[in-house]
Amino acid sequence: MIPEKLTIRSAREGLARGDFSAPELFEHYNKRIRAQNGELNAFLTVFDAPEEFDTEGTLAGVPCAIKDNMLIEGTRTTAASKILDNYTAAYDATVIKKLRSAGAVFLGKTNLDEFAMGTSTENSAFGPTRNPLDTDRVPGGSSGGSAAAIAADLAVFALGSDTGGSIRQPAAMCGIVGLKPTYGRISRHGLIAMASSFDQIGPLTKTVYDAALVLNELCGHDVFDSTTVDREIPDFTANLDRSIKGLRVGVPKEFFRAGLAKEVEERIRATIKKLEDMGCQVSDISLPNFEYALAAYYIAVPSEISANLARFDGIRYGHSSKKAATLLDTYLESRSEGFGPEPKRRIMLGAYALSSGYYDAYYLKAQKVRALIKKDFDDAFQKVDVIVGPTSPNTAFKIGEKASDPLALYLEDIYTVPLNLAGLPGISIPCGNGEDSGMPVGFQITGRSFDEATVLRVAHQLEQIT
Amino acid sequence: MLSDKEVAHIAKLARIELKPAEKDGLKKDLSSILDYIGKLNEADTSSVQPLYQTTGLVNSTRSDEPRKEFPMTEKLNELLIGQAPAKHDHFIKVRPVLNKK
Repeated sequence: MIPEKLTIRSAREGLARGDFSAPELFEHYNKRIRAQNGELNAFLTVFDAPEEFDTEGTLAGVPCAIKDNMLIEGTRTTAASKILDNYTAAYDATVIKKLRSAGAVFLGKTNLDEFAMGTSTENSAFGPTRNPLDTDRVPGGSSGGSAAAIAADLAVFALGSDTGGSIRQPAAMCGIVGLKPTYGRISRHGLIAMASSFDQIGPLTKTVYDAALVLNELCGHDVFDSTTVDREIPDFTANLDRSIKGLRVGVPKEFFRAGLAKEVEERIRATIKKLEDMGCQVSDISLPNFEYALAAYYIAVPSEISANLARFDGIRYGHSSKKAATLLDTYLESRSEGFGPEPKRRIMLGAYALSSGYYDAYYLKAQKVRALIKKDFDDAFQKVDVIVGPTSPNTAFKIGEKASDPLALYLEDIYTVPLNLAGLPGISIPCGNGEDSGMPVGFQITGRSFDEATVLRVAHQLEQIT
Repeated sequence: MLSDKEVAHIAKLARIELKPAEKDGLKKDLSSILDYIGKLNEADTSSVQPLYQTTGLVNSTRSDEPRKEFPMTEKLNELLIGQAPAKHDHFIKVRPVLNKK
């Protein structure tokens, strides 16, 4: 009998004791996926069991789920887009290689907003994922399939990618743990690029300890991603229990603004109180340019998208229009038929921001504001060790509720995008359910660049008393 | 509000052929997003240098030597070239750029 809600730690202990074997564990999760995926639509592809299971390695025999924008050699990878409907990955992403060498096994590929553009997973070309806690609601996004898979116990852990909140926000909405490491920690080689100066891969897990364990395996310099930083990697599980008494915690006053749901604010304030009770020095701080972060993000990111998605041209792979008679028609028709509404919107927005006559007013202005956001954080981290607040302004909303208003969906990212603009690490952990919706609220903890250890430590200790 | 002409120009730059129904929706959506982005003009950036990336890394280089991480095999070739919609042997076929007329 395999217990419910296995963590990496409990799965490894069960395997070591011989309570169950790795093939049995895989079969257990494969069965759960087959039983529940019809309703949840968390997985786009489900794999058969591997022929052999590793017995050595931190993650040996542990079944995981991978967001379908990361390549696993020889398997279908869609980025939840019709334009890649028939695409087979030619190589393993670096993170996949690393998980393989740690012994992890892959259950399947999870649903996402098309090309990871969205906050609800409703933008998938293969239908929305449903929130396992209330199937009328979204799981958040864009890593909504990975978050739903963990919340429904369809995998032990999952990988997601986070460009503006796509790991943390769905983790918040599904009541699980989601970690976005520092920009430069983890190679994006084999991640289908969205906005290259923002994208970062990270784990979605059931506990903070598991997030630290997976982070240990994923980090490091990679010759295939020259933004990865070559620096010493600590054991992120080592200091989780070290006291946080005296730790300086900053609460930006700008976070408590119009648009923040009352039920979310209540849980956040209650959690901040807990940190005080644990001996942290909590103080009010200011991030003066917070108000401009989302606007800067929605220029900088679409600009990078318009460049990155230029590669989908109907020539080398992916969807190619049958109607086209000339080379230009091949581009125009293949892209028109293959991309869904949100990628089209963002490619257009980016092309506009980069176009002659508008570059200075939009793109350059946004990058200057980005510098201001980063400076706000640098100044704040002179006075405090971590910054805390809500992960998103609302709990999980109803499917379809915001689908006709792109800007309303963009505003869901208001608390998560500043970290991506500044490249900082952040985690979302559950901090109780909202009084009105009964859905989980996410508590976001941000730290200095490359100081995931402190972020994880605070998160772990809050988790023990929540 | 963006004009129809502007939307058509952006679509051309983006190499996307828009259907008539898409044009109106995008005109409305892009205009409301750009209105929101107008907020940026309130921020004083007169003495700020733009920030394009956050790692602080400058000129990440490697030695100029051949690398062997991806040795070409039949299988890899099939995965890389074999997925092209039009191909001839180990080459990708494209439509002519210059048309005889």
